[in-house]
Amino acid sequence: MDQQITLQVDGARSALTVDTRTSLLDALRERLGTTSAKKGCDHGQCGACTVLLDGRRVNSCLVLAVTAEDAEVTTSDGLAADGPHALHEAFVDHDAYQCGYCTPGQITSAAGVLAEAAQGWPSAVTEDLAAERTELTDAEIRERMSGNLCRCAAYANIVPAVAEVAAAQGVRA
Amino acid sequence: MREFRYEKAADPAGAVALLAGAPEGAYLGGGTNLVDLMRLGVATPDVLVDVRTLTSDLVEELPDGGLRIGAAVPNADLAADLRVRQRFPLLAQALLAGASGQLRNRATTGGNLLQRTRCTYFTDVTQPCNKRAPGSGCGAVTGLHRNHAVLGATDEGPGSPHTCVATHPSDLAVALRALDAEVRVLGPGGERTVPMADLHRLPGEDPSRDTTLAHGELITAIDVPGLPWAVRSRYRKVRDRASYAFALVSVAAAMDLDGSTVRDVRIALGGMAHAPWRATVAEDALRGGPATEEAFAAAAEAELAAARPLPDNAFKVPMATSTLVRTLLQISAEARA
Repeated sequence: MDQQITLQVDGARSALTVDTRTSLLDALRERLGTTSAKKGCDHGQCGACTVLLDGRRVNSCLVLAVTAEDAEVTTSDGLAADGPHALHEAFVDHDAYQCGYCTPGQITSAAGVLAEAAQGWPSAVTEDLAAERTELTDAEIRERMSGNLCRCAAYANIVPAVAEVAAAQGVRA
Repeated sequence: MREFRYEKAADPAGAVALLAGAPEGAYLGGGTNLVDLMRLGVATPDVLVDVRTLTSDLVEELPDGGLRIGAAVPNADLAADLRVRQRFPLLAQALLAGASGQLRNRATTGGNLLQRTRCTYFTDVTQPCNKRAPGSGCGAVTGLHRNHAVLGATDEGPGSPHTCVATHPSDLAVALRALDAEVRVLGPGGERTVPMADLHRLPGEDPSRDTTLAHGELITAIDVPGLPWAVRSRYRKVRDRASYAFALVSVAAAMDLDGSTVRDVRIALGGMAHAPWRATVAEDALRGGPATEEAFAAAAEAELAAARPLPDNAFKVPMATSTLVRTLLQISAEARA
């Protein structure tokens, strides 16, 4: 069944009519031509479709487009509105990809990780759960990025890329 | 995916009214499980009533030191709440042990409790499954069942309409079961409170029903009663990967020690049954006795005496025993520190 919606993606508003079954990922890619977020598994398991929804990282394949009407959607492209984001530069500097297919999801997910760490959110590997400050150690980065798979296995370079930006943002010593 | 109408309501009562008029409809929370099941053809609602932001998204104080968690609180926010981290560490640990950062941001507290089993026969519409297609039999009991239940399952053979060896996948539910949480529910007949003990059910003769909720009943909040000694509590999860995997076995435990004696203890097991499994046999064995590794092992073995494993999941019995012993040792070591 069709429904009219307005989506706000990377700073631009678009009105469109979608079948209610359309995922946010398909709306972005197939309807708006915003191909930054990628379709990997379409089941919320690989993280290639990760976008920021009102600043929080989510799997856009599991979000119905009709539920994203009032939200601000940011893709990896959108993070580069004013030139490359620090994460983009760190991924280039550290060669944190091979084929690049998972990279936009890795970038948006890492942006989410940094924001969550700045708010003091703990993770499954946080020693002191009651601590109000988060320290993004390598182990913390690995745990927090576990929802993003990389079939080229660039993990060894993704971790230092994220670590570099975390240090610059004060969430890593 | 079946076509569906998407509806929004002004308030929880409006959502309940909408679903009361839609016998094949469903509530949509974060959608992290439901949307996937719809894509797989496992869930086929003709109406979705969006309740993701309809109930409270606040964690509020209860007079006894407990917390009332709004059903709309995202899993990530609940795990990050300092009161949860300080008063109920097992609850924060259970949440953080589940899913990924992306999923925890979207998944709601109410929805977490109502997620469906990840049994591969349930999620594959070409396979027999009494939970998805009542009366079609169970593929798992003589098939792939390494991850499946060893406690409280129904096994009358693969052709029986009662057989089900699925497990409940939620980590949060295991911690809430140990904490004797209560689920506040709004339905067409008004409000009621369902203890966690009564929310999830064993398959019995009707594996299709995961919970005791009726169609159209909406979880609005979860009350976690105050339990001062839960400051020393743990959720320990054993899985095939270090992160982002469902439990093979998990233990939620809190223990109150008087010197080296167990004054009181709460234990629930995950990954073992169709519902979070409260280990009352182990609790009774431990209460009033010594807090020693031998006593922990004896209590765990007494609890697991009821296990009826299948050929490929017998490993869960010693795994649950040793995980429970390690968890209790960890809590008692922290208490002495």
